[in-house]
Amino acid sequence: MNLDFSDDQKFLQSEARKFLEKEGSINRSRKVLEEKHNTDQDLWNKIVELGWTGIRIPEEYDGLGLGYLELCVVAEELGRFLAPVPFSSSVYLFTEAIIKYANEDVKKEILPKLVSGEIVGTLAVTEDLFAPTISNIKTTSENNIVNGKKIAVADAEIATHSIVVSNSSSGICLRLVDHSSDTVSIEHQDTIDESRGHFSIEYKNSPSILIGDESNGWEFYENLLNQAAVLFSFEQIGGSQASLDMATSYAKERYAFGRQIGSFQAIKHKLADMYVAITLAKSNTYYAAWALSTESSDLSVASATARVSSTKAYQLCSKENIQTHGGNGFTWEYDCHLYYKRSKLLSVNIGSLPNWKEKLVSSLEKSNTY
Amino acid sequence: MDFNDTPEQAQFRNTCREWLEKNAEPKSNKKKEDFADIEFLDVAREWQKKKYDAGWAMLHWPKEYGGIAASPIERIIWAEEESKFNVPRGIFEIGLGMCGPVMMEYASDEQKERYLPAMAEGTEIWCQLFSEPSAGSDVAGLRSKAVQDGDNWIINGQKVWTSGAHFCDYGILVVRHDPNLEKHKGMTFFFVDMKSPGIEVKPIKQITGGSSFNEVYFTDVVIPDSQRLGAIGDGWKVAITTLMNERLAVGDANGADVKEAFNWAKKQDDSGESLINNRATRESIADWYCEANGLKNTKLRTMSALSKGETPGPEASITKIVSANKLQDIGNFGIDSLDMAGMLRTDDNEIQSFQNAWLGAPGLRIAGGTDEILKNIISERVLGLPQDKRSDKGMPFKDIPSGN
Ligand SMILES: Cc1cc2nc3c(=O)[nH]c(=O)nc-3n(C[C@H](O)[C@H](O)[C@H](O)COP(=O)(O)OP(=O)(O)OC[C@H]3O[C@@H](n4cnc5c(N)ncnc54)[C@H](O)[C@@H]3O)c2cc1C
Repeated sequence: MNLDFSDDQKFLQSEARKFLEKEGSINRSRKVLEEKHNTDQDLWNKIVELGWTGIRIPEEYDGLGLGYLELCVVAEELGRFLAPVPFSSSVYLFTEAIIKYANEDVKKEILPKLVSGEIVGTLAVTEDLFAPTISNIKTTSENNIVNGKKIAVADAEIATHSIVVSNSSSGICLRLVDHSSDTVSIEHQDTIDESRGHFSIEYKNSPSILIGDESNGWEFYENLLNQAAVLFSFEQIGGSQASLDMATSYAKERYAFGRQIGSFQAIKHKLADMYVAITLAKSNTYYAAWALSTESSDLSVASATARVSSTKAYQLCSKENIQTHGGNGFTWEYDCHLYYKRSKLLSVNIGSLPNWKEKLVSSLEKSNTY
Repeated sequence: MDFNDTPEQAQFRNTCREWLEKNAEPKSNKKKEDFADIEFLDVAREWQKKKYDAGWAMLHWPKEYGGIAASPIERIIWAEEESKFNVPRGIFEIGLGMCGPVMMEYASDEQKERYLPAMAEGTEIWCQLFSEPSAGSDVAGLRSKAVQDGDNWIINGQKVWTSGAHFCDYGILVVRHDPNLEKHKGMTFFFVDMKSPGIEVKPIKQITGGSSFNEVYFTDVVIPDSQRLGAIGDGWKVAITTLMNERLAVGDANGADVKEAFNWAKKQDDSGESLINNRATRESIADWYCEANGLKNTKLRTMSALSKGETPGPEASITKIVSANKLQDIGNFGIDSLDMAGMLRTDDNEIQSFQNAWLGAPGLRIAGGTDEILKNIISERVLGLPQDKRSDKGMPFKDIPSGN
């Protein structure tokens, strides 16, 4: 047994950390948030140059041909530094959909361009102010033509393509749509965390290419979410750890009643609770990474476990980081709110905590874990 | 014991309600304004003036200052009835809840006549200048200096997190007149005209994007000795009176509560069903209901004690701990119920109220005594547990470690 990353993977992680630190990723995130830029194009270009968009793409399509574990370590750093880039949309969701479900022609066309950065993708699912399910998708696709409106699509503006979860006469299917078509209109939507842009996308008779088959799209979509949940969990752990680090150093610097606030047991226990939550989440997420990298049949239970515990950890750490900072924590100037907002964004981006808890128990029922 | 109104109380309630029905709009789900922000200043003032003219503004105050000498129970009844209407609140809370009582207790009769009615009427708004960059939970660690100069005091220093300072006319201020004394002994209390030369107010942007609190800088600000509240060196004693009142005044968190969660759950979709049918939702709502009612009933018990002439004890600290954390949880619940669309800002008032709860609750857990400080108060003052070892005890203020 060895529930740890290899030396090479750890090296990649420390390089990623150095890079994002040097690039001032957290300040860039603040800037995107304040100036409503939706994304940081320059940082994204540099990330593409480093080859991270091609980590999982096989060498025959110009990628690095590495595994999920390499993606996991990068995800943790992107989360720690609040990177304001479309990585999760394009890499964890879109690229994986192409790798797993697209036919050879599409792969040849799309994958090399994902590596080079010419193509950026996102996944368009939600249509209304409640959770999407297999029975409430209204966007249609008939004869390769997509019609409908999606909302809350992350990174849609920088994205050149989207994969659309749509309803056809034979069932739910995934459809690839090129945003350069004038049948596609994309509009910014205000959110409570503008450090990553969200948009509505309207498809009016938009030409599309089928990804996978006509009827099993919902299953594909769920598989994609299960995989992505592991990577989201790594981002959430990175953010949780950054929140705890911030709180810990503040607790050492800040004085009240003639002593460091970190000498009060209330603060010690608060930080210890954060540490405990992160440790459990991290261990569950490492396990899920292993399940993902070995295509274990246990993936749906493992990824939901990782997702639930890392969502809870990030929510706890980001709100208690504010609390530890007292009045300063409630100001725009301190970074605490950037983590608080990102934690909520990540927690709803691929489905909310209650829904992942539900998914976890349903998966348990289907598995032979107990 | 009787939680029902006595006939007299019922009659009083009726009088309140009749007046409110004639002068305000009942709350509805459709339109709910918070009114706590500066953009509502005019609306808030107008409402306050209306109340003042009818005697409702500070109904427990004596008649000469614009009240009707109402009993504590009547005050509660009024507040309960008023809360059912869509009226501005918030802007006057600190002034009326904290500055008013301090002026009532320590100001001269002429000062009371001059300032209290204008405060109640809403023509003059007051703020609380206590916290400083290195003195929040430990307010007594404040460093702003007061130096006596004949009949005047010269103030230098900085306050921070001062809610409303950007639109307030007066403020209550506690400052250090002697750093060589022990920290609790070297402070003196004043009220100050916010338009005095040398006062500079700089709004601070909050995580919500709004700016309801400020930095306030004092450079050679002159305060007449007649505006001192309490004796020289009694600043801490006066501040404590204010803070005790703060706990009563701040208390319940404004914003989405169990009723809003319940009404929302009844109509929100949960995989094709109503969210209220979801077992976990039902459990959360049950928990919040118990908390909300526990607070309401605790308040009634406190008021019963008050009406018998007892003073409010530290147990009033419970309210803010429970309600601010409940607010944060209910905010999360509302956002999560929208799943992937939870972050979207929409025109829907209910959704906004959940998102605002989630964004504002972290501030409430800190303002007016943090969760941790309130729990310390409960454990030390209610339960009588030994106090934390005070490393600064008996030290002259200037020798206390401050980390810089
Ligand atoms: C929205 C808002 C409005 C405000 N309005 C006003 C106002 O109008 N006027 C005014 O004067 N002030 C105001 N304040 C300031 C507020 O009173 C202080 O922020 C608060 O008391 C905390 O002080 P601090 O920010 O210095 O945090 P600190 O005291 O530095 O606290 C940092 C952390 O240490 C913890 N801590 C400190 N001491 C102890 C202890 N002994 N035991 C355990 N834990 C401890 C705290 O709980 C907190 O988690 C406002 C604050 C907010 C957020």
